[in-house]
Amino acid sequence: MSDVANLINHVQNAYARCIDSGNLEGWPEFFEENCIYKITTADNYAQGLEAGIIFANSRGMLLDRVASLREANIYERHVYRHFLGQPWIVSEDASEARSETSFFVARIMRDGTTDVYATGRYIDVYRLNGGSPKLRERIVVCDSSRFDTLLALPL
Amino acid sequence: MLDQVARTAQETRSHVWPSDGVSRVPFWIFQDRDIYAAEQQRIFRGPSWNYLCLAVEVKNIGDFVTTFVGDTPVIVTRDTDGELYAFENRCAHRGALIALESRGNTKDFTCVYHAWSYDRQGNLKGVAFKDGIKGKGGMPASFCMEQHNPRKLRLAEAFGIVFGSFSNDVPPLEEHLGEEIYSRIGRVMGGRTPVVLGRYTQALPNNWKLYMENVKDSYHASILHLFFTTFELNRLSQTGGIIVDPTGGHHISFSAIDTEAANNNEYAEQNIRSDSEFKLADPSLLQSFKEFPDNVTLQILSTFPTFILQQIQNAIAVRQIVPRSTDRTDLYWTLLGFAEDTPEQRLIRLKQANLVGPAGYISMEDGCVGGFVQRGIAGAGGEQAVIEMGGAGTESSESRVTEASVRGFWKAYRAQMGL
Repeated sequence: MSDVANLINHVQNAYARCIDSGNLEGWPEFFEENCIYKITTADNYAQGLEAGIIFANSRGMLLDRVASLREANIYERHVYRHFLGQPWIVSEDASEARSETSFFVARIMRDGTTDVYATGRYIDVYRLNGGSPKLRERIVVCDSSRFDTLLALPL
Repeated sequence: MLDQVARTAQETRSHVWPSDGVSRVPFWIFQDRDIYAAEQQRIFRGPSWNYLCLAVEVKNIGDFVTTFVGDTPVIVTRDTDGELYAFENRCAHRGALIALESRGNTKDFTCVYHAWSYDRQGNLKGVAFKDGIKGKGGMPASFCMEQHNPRKLRLAEAFGIVFGSFSNDVPPLEEHLGEEIYSRIGRVMGGRTPVVLGRYTQALPNNWKLYMENVKDSYHASILHLFFTTFELNRLSQTGGIIVDPTGGHHISFSAIDTEAANNNEYAEQNIRSDSEFKLADPSLLQSFKEFPDNVTLQILSTFPTFILQQIQNAIAVRQIVPRSTDRTDLYWTLLGFAEDTPEQRLIRLKQANLVGPAGYISMEDGCVGGFVQRGIAGAGGEQAVIEMGGAGTESSESRVTEASVRGFWKAYRAQMGL
């Protein structure tokens, strides 16, 4: 595996661990200040439809998402378990890498109900920052267009 | 205590509405399979106008979409004459789906099972091996293709929104909706070209009527959805109100900017969590552009039985409720922009789309609260919901601290169900 793939693999493991352990406040730190984070469906993505389930074009909007989940929104307590594939490096240069990574997310509800909540792929642009990659863009393309009940925690 | 349980057991599944009015709703209405089946027949396949799709989604000759009326699968197509047609997505032969894709473009439709084929108006045009092979087999000579078509729907459009009905008795769409409702569909959709920005489906763990109640419930909006109140996007004390049509089945809830009402303290007195210190790191989410000549920032419009047109600031969407079983419902969202949008306006729509859908800052809770009711009433089929905020009537009102439009839904529901 190339150095870049190793770097991205490492940071993506940290990303999944961050969300799954409930440390939502740490999640925006994986992104550049100027970033895109979008959750959409494979159908929308294939048809070039712009709108997503979530759309953010700044790290501030990610902070707001976390703050809203903590302070304002009401949803039943649940956690995710992310399983990530190995990143596929689409392209790389000295400062930036594009990669795609499969994900599988199980959702575990308060009562123990465990379901496959989402599968799909991250389509990413990382700024490499001399060995500390951060996301400039993450498009979360969910394979399915159906979302059960609600989507609170980030994917 | 024991008396209470005995009393409710007797009333359970009696299928008799518990009172004359609509300020009490029996919980068996959300649980009973016979009711669910009767709804499909009396409401969805009865004298109602059901949302099918947007005209822009079937713009070209041969375009089709597959959709649902209640849980009945339906195909909508545009034929060579430029007209839209809709018919049941069910082969007249053995009942298989005729079209499997959500959308596409086609000259005709052929069932994959035995290759019975249909034109774009839903007429049976071909039966494979109809005359047999070498004089053996085949359909009897008496078989007449013209007598074997999937059931067809009447169609009508309101400002590019396509509705269908299985009934010949329902009045024309405009008359059915009434001027107040019809004109406010036009307020959002009229005189411009909608563009689909995205679609998704929300699987709701509850009966379809619990979602429609929620849509019509202006009482809960600023209580359950704290994102709204925190940022003063919507307060009950803003100017606004609700409009309920004479049938009760259609409604509008709206609010408009009223700067004079900004400094009241009704919320603090009610001990509702709405005055937090919560500030947005990126307030661009809430920056909107002036889209309408009036000051209405929110207009939630619903038509009986299962259609919603939403304007929340510049977030425009249509929502279609599709019942799947007594306790399963699919909510189909179509997010809209308009061809006339500038790039800056389009970006604002994309940002404000964060307010709605399964991850919506203000509609996330609507996805789960119906399930809370469905689970909460599991042992209480003989008990009743209390829907008395604002009295027992179903009139339009300047106050949104009312459940009048929820009662309106039940008024229309009872009339159509004969309950």
